[in-house]
Amino acid sequence: MKPHFHLWLIPLLPLAGAAINGLLGRRFPKSLVTLVGNVFVGASCAVAWWVFARFLSLPHEMVPYVHDYATWIRAGDFSVSYGVYLDQLSMIMVLVVTSVGFLIHIYSIGYMAHEGGYYRFFAYLNLFMFFMLTLVLANNYLVMFIGWEGVGLASYLLIGFFFLRDSAASAGKKAFIANRIGDFGFLIALFLLIKHFGALDFGHLFPAISKLGIENAGPGLLTAIGLLLMTGAAGKSAQLPLYVWLPDAMEGPTPVSALIHAATMVTAGVYMVARSNVIFTRAPSAMLAVAIIGCLTALFAATIGMAQTDIKKVLAYSTISQLGYMFLACGVAAFSAGIFHLMTHAFFKGLLFLAAGSVIHALNGEQDMRHMGGLRKKIPWTFWTMTAATFAIAGIPPFAGFFSKDEILWNAFSSEYGSWIFWAVGLLTAFLTSFYMFRLWFMTFFGEFRGTEANTGEHGKGHIHESPRVMLVPLAILAVLSVIGGWIGWPQTIGGTQRFDHFLAPVFSTHAEEAAVAAEHSKELLLAGISVAAALLGLFLAWLLYQKRRDLPDKIAAALGGLYTAVRDKYYVDEGYAAAFVQPLIKGSTYLLWRGIDTKGIDATANESAEGAQYVSDALRHMQSGNVRSYAGWVAAGAAAVIAYMVYLGVRG
Amino acid sequence: MQLVLFFVFGIIAVAAAINLLAQRHPINSALSLIVVMASLAALFLLMGAEFLAAIQVIVYAGAIMVLFVFVIMLLNAGEEERTPGSRVAKRLGYPAVVVLAGVVAWTLLTHNPHPVPVNLSGRFVGSPTAIAQLIFRDFLLPFEVTSVLILIAIMGAVVLASPVGTAAGPGSPEQPPAKREG
Amino acid sequence: MVPVSYYLALSAILFALGVVGFLIKRNLITLFMSIELMLNAVNLAFVAFAWQWRSLNGQVFVFFVMVVAAAETAVGLAIIIAVFRTRETLNVDRVNLLKL
Repeated sequence: MKPHFHLWLIPLLPLAGAAINGLLGRRFPKSLVTLVGNVFVGASCAVAWWVFARFLSLPHEMVPYVHDYATWIRAGDFSVSYGVYLDQLSMIMVLVVTSVGFLIHIYSIGYMAHEGGYYRFFAYLNLFMFFMLTLVLANNYLVMFIGWEGVGLASYLLIGFFFLRDSAASAGKKAFIANRIGDFGFLIALFLLIKHFGALDFGHLFPAISKLGIENAGPGLLTAIGLLLMTGAAGKSAQLPLYVWLPDAMEGPTPVSALIHAATMVTAGVYMVARSNVIFTRAPSAMLAVAIIGCLTALFAATIGMAQTDIKKVLAYSTISQLGYMFLACGVAAFSAGIFHLMTHAFFKGLLFLAAGSVIHALNGEQDMRHMGGLRKKIPWTFWTMTAATFAIAGIPPFAGFFSKDEILWNAFSSEYGSWIFWAVGLLTAFLTSFYMFRLWFMTFFGEFRGTEANTGEHGKGHIHESPRVMLVPLAILAVLSVIGGWIGWPQTIGGTQRFDHFLAPVFSTHAEEAAVAAEHSKELLLAGISVAAALLGLFLAWLLYQKRRDLPDKIAAALGGLYTAVRDKYYVDEGYAAAFVQPLIKGSTYLLWRGIDTKGIDATANESAEGAQYVSDALRHMQSGNVRSYAGWVAAGAAAVIAYMVYLGVRG
Repeated sequence: MQLVLFFVFGIIAVAAAINLLAQRHPINSALSLIVVMASLAALFLLMGAEFLAAIQVIVYAGAIMVLFVFVIMLLNAGEEERTPGSRVAKRLGYPAVVVLAGVVAWTLLTHNPHPVPVNLSGRFVGSPTAIAQLIFRDFLLPFEVTSVLILIAIMGAVVLASPVGTAAGPGSPEQPPAKREG
Repeated sequence: MVPVSYYLALSAILFALGVVGFLIKRNLITLFMSIELMLNAVNLAFVAFAWQWRSLNGQVFVFFVMVVAAAETAVGLAIIIAVFRTRETLNVDRVNLLKL
């Protein structure tokens, strides 16, 4: 007897909240908007946990739990339905999305309290939750694509939330367009799937693909599908070369950055790759591409993050880098490691953004780290929670980031798809990550306050003060999770049970996962130690440069000269894209399409035909002279012609 | 005998018609038209349409032409002036008449496939009884419709010809509306 | 016996005269009378055909033609009166407001 999980509630409750707030919220008092905006998401979170409790006690053969609600498309043999697919992977995703999402909703009550468009914010946020949950719970690629597109839409709406600001509106457009490019790849992959397998739902598709062999001998169908899916994931999860939208997306309010661009939306790409593990494990070339891209992205973004001065930009590049780690994990078939890192990353990156928002809120909108400093005593709660998150992301045990990052590095080294090169680059990136995160930590909270008068006049209080409690409670909860969240993946080598991996194992039961690493305990411990050392080295370097000898960074920057400016200016990638794609497009549109075809072609046709009509009518105008006799003459002439013709017919016959 | 009568009245009709064109004052043209109608009435009698002949004289010549004469006298229109245009028209027009009439007439006279009717079988007369039977039985609908037509024509004529300011004519500012003063 | 075609030829001649009069004349009323002449010519043709085919339908049609001619004359003359009132002339060339 299949139990009823009522999974449809999970996405649809936030949709109800979005509809109510979106359509009626303008007339609601603020308290009602807050209530509507949070209650539905909270209810969805509660349902998710309730389902989880019952999920754990499901008998083995009932997993994955699949339920179809209605048929959407039926075209011949091909049919797609609205349905849910609940296995361990989607269960974890649902829990992460609803829980972290709910916390961020609570935080937003405080953060957005003084902003205009309060109801709009919560409506969009709820809308995002709806789409993200649709994505995660979908039982076929097409419904997943609905969620995919929908989160892109919500991201656009929320990035451009302060739409009166030019930079925000442009950033929203950039995000949407970059996503769209990836979506194109995704769509082509879907078409290929439909053509060759005739179905898009996981229940039919994955068993059919499982029967195919591994494509070891060069590119084939599955490789193509895998590469195209990866393009879509690269767009959504900000990997090379489609990452350019994420730093600009920091124009949106900080809770948006936390929810969408750290914890959930950008992880949709990773989720999709993990969900398609059946395809990827049978296409080694595609997996290799995923790993390479993830690896390069991680390093690339980390280098840029080192030279940024805006606190949110540092976190943005850090997000790109960590997503690179997740992709690297998927690329070496360590899917559960990637998902584990996804979960811990949601905790600590979400926390980092929220705490940064708290700092910005305390400093009355200042985001430049060069104007911060010495905030440790002034905003203690924010300081301690951010410390927890920083240690977590740097990968220092026993915080959460250590376990997930370490598992990825170990699998990058030891998996049959991995190699020591991946491990080395990942290690270097871990060092850089630690460095720039502690740089941020020192610059923001230690030393003397380098800000101006404008930063202290918040709410007319005249001094820097801590955020309200409604913002601090989510920070605290996430801080706790950043500490203990990794413990469910405590590896066996150090005596743990590795519960997380075992939980996800049925989802990823492929050839690669069976790599028994029991015999390599000592090597794993060695590598773990090296990565901890790298993290501590980064901490030391940051302490040296930003606490002890504050003059050194500028000297180093001057010494590096052009290299430093290149890194700080993001390697001029945006400018490169502008020159290579945007400018030709604009020029082409202006000269070819606008002036050439539209003005000379289409307008000319309309104008010419009008002029022609005018010319003809001008010539014919003389028939109507107003002179009755000329009219009579015309009538008589016409009648004569008709009579002549009739006579001719009569005579001829 | 009938042929002689035909030719007499035919020539009278044609002559009167030509006179209609030739005269410069409209009253002369009107009187010529009356002569044409009268001769046509005689021709109708020749063809056995006695009712129609009577109607032609009573209605056409007696009412319609009288209306024409009324209007000519009311408007007191004078002669037509000679303009260069009218001379050209005359020079072009009369030959045109000859050509047109000649062609049609010749066609009719030479290519007529039907033989001369022989008036042997019974009398064919368009008596009022016979025509009445046709009108009120087979052609009842057109008859009713034409009565409506006449009604409309009456209304139209009244409206169009009424003096400006009292009916719906183009407003004349000098005519103030009727005032009621105690 | 008069051949029917003679009547038709006469009708044609009268009709042609009416057409030419319609085209040549400049006085509005004379123009109108030319139209009446044309109608009469047609009446003659109808009666001739009625006589030829021994059917009274032609004569009934003549009856209707006369009714219509009467109505038309009434309205047309009313229009002429109105035109004369505004334009002060019966010259058809001066009644030229109906143009582009």
